[in-house]
Amino acid sequence: MATLARLQARSSTVGNQYYFRNSVVDPFRKKENDAAVKIQSWFRGCQVRAYIRHLNRIVTIIQKWWRSFLGRKQYQLTVQVAYYTMMMNLYNAMAVRIQRRWRGYRVRKYLFNYYYLKEYLKVVSETNDAIRKALEEFAEMKEREEKKANLEREEKKRDYQARKMHYLLSTKQIPGIYNSPFRKEPDPWELQLQKAKPLTHRRPKVKQKDSTSLTDWLACTSTRSFPRSEILPPINRKQCQGPFRDITEVLEQRYRPLEPTLRVAEPIDELKLAREELRREEWLQNVNDNMFLPFSSYHKNEKYIPSMHLSSKYGPVSCKEQFRSENPKKWICDKDFQTILPSFELFSKYGKLYSKAGQIV
Amino acid sequence: MSQRQVLQVFEQYQKARTQFVQMVAELATRPQNIETLQNAGVMSLLRTLLLDVVPTIQQTAALALGRLANYNDDLAEAVVKCDILPQLVYSLAEQNRFYKKAAAFVLRAVGKHSPQLAQAIVDCGALDTLVICLEDFDPGVKEAAAWALRYIARHNAELSQAVVDAGAVPLLVLCIQEPEIALKRIAASALSDIAKHSPELAQTVVDAGAVAHLAQMILNPDAKLKHQILSALSQVSKHSVDLAEMVVEAEIFPVVLTCLKDKDEYVKKNASTLIREIAKHTPELSQLVVNAGGVAAVIDCIGSCKGNTRLPGIMMLGYVAAHSENLAMAVIISKGVPQLSVCLSEEPEDHIKAAAAWALGQIGRHTPEHARAVAVTNTLPVLLSLYMSTESSEDLQVKSKKAIKNILQKCTYLPALEPFLYDAPPNILKHVVGQFSKVLFPWIFRYTSAEGGQLSTT
Repeated sequence: MATLARLQARSSTVGNQYYFRNSVVDPFRKKENDAAVKIQSWFRGCQVRAYIRHLNRIVTIIQKWWRSFLGRKQYQLTVQVAYYTMMMNLYNAMAVRIQRRWRGYRVRKYLFNYYYLKEYLKVVSETNDAIRKALEEFAEMKEREEKKANLEREEKKRDYQARKMHYLLSTKQIPGIYNSPFRKEPDPWELQLQKAKPLTHRRPKVKQKDSTSLTDWLACTSTRSFPRSEILPPINRKQCQGPFRDITEVLEQRYRPLEPTLRVAEPIDELKLAREELRREEWLQNVNDNMFLPFSSYHKNEKYIPSMHLSSKYGPVSCKEQFRSENPKKWICDKDFQTILPSFELFSKYGKLYSKAGQIV
Repeated sequence: MSQRQVLQVFEQYQKARTQFVQMVAELATRPQNIETLQNAGVMSLLRTLLLDVVPTIQQTAALALGRLANYNDDLAEAVVKCDILPQLVYSLAEQNRFYKKAAAFVLRAVGKHSPQLAQAIVDCGALDTLVICLEDFDPGVKEAAAWALRYIARHNAELSQAVVDAGAVPLLVLCIQEPEIALKRIAASALSDIAKHSPELAQTVVDAGAVAHLAQMILNPDAKLKHQILSALSQVSKHSVDLAEMVVEAEIFPVVLTCLKDKDEYVKKNASTLIREIAKHTPELSQLVVNAGGVAAVIDCIGSCKGNTRLPGIMMLGYVAAHSENLAMAVIISKGVPQLSVCLSEEPEDHIKAAAAWALGQIGRHTPEHARAVAVTNTLPVLLSLYMSTESSEDLQVKSKKAIKNILQKCTYLPALEPFLYDAPPNILKHVVGQFSKVLFPWIFRYTSAEGGQLSTT
């Protein structure tokens, strides 16, 4: 029992004692544990690292192969694309060449002829120059005409002045005002006055009835701006004084028509007129105005149909052709026969003595 | 004796009436008297004298009325209100030529002021009697009637149609052929005023055979007549292509070009108007004008005129150049561009400058060659200054902007573009820069590809 009581008294500290005695080894145990852990962790680390390294190497190889495969694929694509681009560029360049040629050809042939346009513009500019020149000439001509007209007007005015001042001409006794003795030469007006014809009094001209234009008339410019007044309506004369005859009788008597004698009434060439009258009446009865022509004229153009005797080839032969003496064509040689025997006197006179009266011309 | 005294009273009265009406007619020639006359109530007095027994008094009264109505439109309205017109029209048919002239003068004086008064004249049936007067023997009567018809037809298309329906056009064409110059002038101006309103009326004038006669008379030396004829032809040809072709077929070229050298300003203006109206319709007509040498003549005419006389010529060049680039090139080689740029800089009026700017734009917009030809003459800075200046009218600004834009879009001539880089507003600057890029980019590209990718700074 005492031990129990002693044990029970010590029991509270047993736990602590037990704990403290066990814990003395703890740091050593811990130290060893730590060392073991360190060694293990280091080793494990090395292991894992080696494994990872291994894996890395393997993965690198795989990736290397994989990437090279991809790269080659990509390269192929790139090559394809580059090739394609190159070919397309070539085609484009060729197409541009063709299109260029074709467009040039088409524009030149169908749409727009450049040389024609140049030609046209040249022609237009030439026409312009020609027109400009022509218009200048026209303007010059007009100016010349105007100047000439002005000069002529001046000339006429001067001439008229000289004619009006003709009385100022110098005479032998008295020198005129334009011919002063103190001058070396007479004034040009003097010569003008000498040339001019003196102005006579204006003869009363026949008043022309020119048509005044409306504007002149309306502006009252002429002296006779208003139309002449017509004759006023007649004012009845005052009645005369005295017993008067009946007015109708008087008027009848006053205005009785003329009753001339037959000799006066008829015109002087009555006979001729009457003949004309008659001729005209007879003419009315004519059917045709042409005179009737004689039958010879009618038959003039008729073709003559000869009779059977005459229409044959072998007609009557004229004496001239029959006798060889009359027809030189019948001679054998070109000379006539010599007459050996003297001809009869009668026959020698043939053709010479007879008159030509009976011969047909 | 008493009878003689009685008759003497009547004679005195007649003399007094004659004197009164002659004095009134003479006073009415001076404008300062007319107010006094109006206040004295001359209108009603003249109206009664118009119905007088004596023809002389009638004629003089009509003349006085005409002069009064001529002065201003109040008096003309008073003439219409007093119902004078029906009486005039009625006696116009019957009386002698002096009265006809005076009555036609009254109608003309009333009709010239406004369309309503002209309508009043038409309503009282004056047109038929006026047309009958056109057939009269006396040229003065014809002239007065033609003048009245001209003033009536001038206002608008309905009145012109009424004049045409009364059958005036063939008679006017006959009047043109008469020997009196004044009658020819008035008839030509009447035809011009009829034809100007609409194509149908112009067609009526052409159908009456007026064009051939008008074309023959272009050679007449009288300046006023030429002016009216050219105006008539231009009014006819402005409406449609067919009418313009008909005018051209009457062989006016190259005779019309001599009119461009005339001394009278109006003749030059009307001649260039006529050529403009012909050239504006189609490219073929413009080509015809160019082939006849019309462009050179018009350019010379522009050079010799000043002011409004130049305007139709400038517009004609613009129309010709607008049709096609060949025609624009033809304008350029005829030395049109220097002349137009001179007009642009010298003229004081805005509308002429606007026309010159438009014409230059039309010339320069076709190809780079054309734009270069315009740019070489240094007009682009002038156009820019007109666009920028605040004093220019809106029309001028719009036109110069369009011209600059059109020319710049084709211009590759760099020395002309350089000044624009400095002082142009942004909306124009972008076009300038675009053009620079077009010119310089291939150049840069060539250099870079040559030096193996290194940008050269030259």
